[in-house]
Amino acid sequence: MTDTAAADEASPETTITGAAAGSAPGAERVSRREPSAVLRMSEAEAAEIGGDPDDPDDDELALLNMGPSHPSTHGVLRLMLELSGETVLRSKPVIGYLHTGMEKTGENLTYLQGGTNVTRMDYVSPLFNELVFSLATERLLGIEVPERATWIRMLMCELNRVASHLLFLATGGMELGAVSMMIYGWREREEVLRFFEKVTGLRMNHNYIRPGGVAADLPADWRSDVAELIELIEPRLDEYDTLLTGQPIWRERLQGVGIITAAEAVALGATGPLLRGAGMAWDLRRDEPYLFYDQMDFDVIVGTHGDCYDRYAIRLNEIRESLRIVAQIIDAMPSGDYRTQDKKVTPPPRARIDASMEALIHHFKIFTEGFKVPAGEVYAAVESPRGELGVYLVSDGTSVPYRVHVRAPSFVNLQTLPHLMQDGVIADGIAIIGSVDPIMGDVDR
Amino acid sequence: MTERYGAPLGVDRPSRGQAVIHPSRSQWTDVATAARADGFDQLIDLTAVDYLNYSADRSLPEGVQPERFEVVASLMSHERRERLRMRVQVPADNPSVSTLFDLWPGAENLEREVYDMFGVVFEGHPDPSRILMPEDWSGHPLRKDYDSGQIPVQFKAASNVR
Repeated sequence: MTDTAAADEASPETTITGAAAGSAPGAERVSRREPSAVLRMSEAEAAEIGGDPDDPDDDELALLNMGPSHPSTHGVLRLMLELSGETVLRSKPVIGYLHTGMEKTGENLTYLQGGTNVTRMDYVSPLFNELVFSLATERLLGIEVPERATWIRMLMCELNRVASHLLFLATGGMELGAVSMMIYGWREREEVLRFFEKVTGLRMNHNYIRPGGVAADLPADWRSDVAELIELIEPRLDEYDTLLTGQPIWRERLQGVGIITAAEAVALGATGPLLRGAGMAWDLRRDEPYLFYDQMDFDVIVGTHGDCYDRYAIRLNEIRESLRIVAQIIDAMPSGDYRTQDKKVTPPPRARIDASMEALIHHFKIFTEGFKVPAGEVYAAVESPRGELGVYLVSDGTSVPYRVHVRAPSFVNLQTLPHLMQDGVIADGIAIIGSVDPIMGDVDR
Repeated sequence: MTERYGAPLGVDRPSRGQAVIHPSRSQWTDVATAARADGFDQLIDLTAVDYLNYSADRSLPEGVQPERFEVVASLMSHERRERLRMRVQVPADNPSVSTLFDLWPGAENLEREVYDMFGVVFEGHPDPSRILMPEDWSGHPLRKDYDSGQIPVQFKAASNVR
């Protein structure tokens, strides 16, 4: 197990950020209405308070709305902040601005169409949504996926993790003023997306991983493409190290900011880099292996301080680990089918449709009616770049799921925001939001 | 073994080998407390299902009376790397169940979502309010008798002329 966070010498207490001031030993605690970090107040109540003219005799607590279209809030996240001066006392993430009822929509789409719906939830790591939906469906169907399909899924998902973490570095850098990182992060991510486009036809929202396998086989020259990607990205990661990791401003903005302990993270349901940053070595790829991760050699990156810097270091190093896995997949990829030959799930190949009337009918039926899935309920989970991504499926035996529930890691992780932001300054809040890395499509669904 | 923490175990077929228990509403808090004490330290997920027009067999264990709503909680024990799912039946005429917030504070947003989408009330919840839909929304969208589509676009400042 690699302990990357041990690399930093400065303890959180010695940093000179404003955030530490509020909670530093000896510092005077600010007055507050209640001890909780979570501001449990409706919008109507908040509007009433916010409408009052400022009274100098008041306890000087102010209510500030940040977002929903603030450039640093990762999309449409709105925060209601209770402030004393610049110090955040309590806060409440107000969400739902991107809610489009995708779980309801999922109840009207067949299992084959379901992928097009779930892929749009966490739009930064779409392949993980498709993967977990397919795994749940396959468990209900009781079918096995060919080996090659499973390896392709792993390859694509690990590359997607790279792309997702690169985007985290890009947006996180931009929010903290490291604007060159924004350009570099987007640039490298685009290289990964170019490979995705070559394989799936689309840069995002691929609908590539489907129940039964994947939509298409890898292109003939995929090995050299992926090797080139690794060759391109690996040395760039060292450049990011030079640009960010050791840079004093970057460290001062992140170290000791937004601290969470492992016990708090577990209690609040946090998963992914947020939990690992707090020092808990928990990664579903290792602890509850799915696909062929048990055959892979990789490290689970764990932090020690549970601050923003640890979460940054974890993501940066997870890119390295993902590239390590990808390199192993290049060697391990077997030949064979890229989707199951189970006629119930897989449509007949194009050539058969010209030759056989039955194949034509079958093809038509599978795309209009879909395939029937045995009644029952199932929960499947994978380790997405943001944490545990789960799907709870209930089938009533028809070709349309009775209920599709997505356990969105961003939605649950967002609960830690008020706790991370308490007693810090607003500017640190920006660093904290970035380090939690919520994707609003995943939060609101 | 047909019981765990005093709640009947689920029938294997519908859950595909995953461990499921079916506590009654009155048992809900006690079973959850026992599970929490037994090492299930994280509430991974909490959701609900509206079985209003479910056509297949519910396959509930003997003695569990099927009701319209079912609240489903997924627990995780990091120590044993084990998962457990708790399913509780919630009747339509009194859709309420006690909160899990006191055991796992992470239940807060998940229970708010279930309230928002299904109208299931969690007794003792610190902030029983909507989370995804607007505060002044009426109805609970994921209920099976809530039609999708044909909803006028809601914009608080607009007068919804249609």
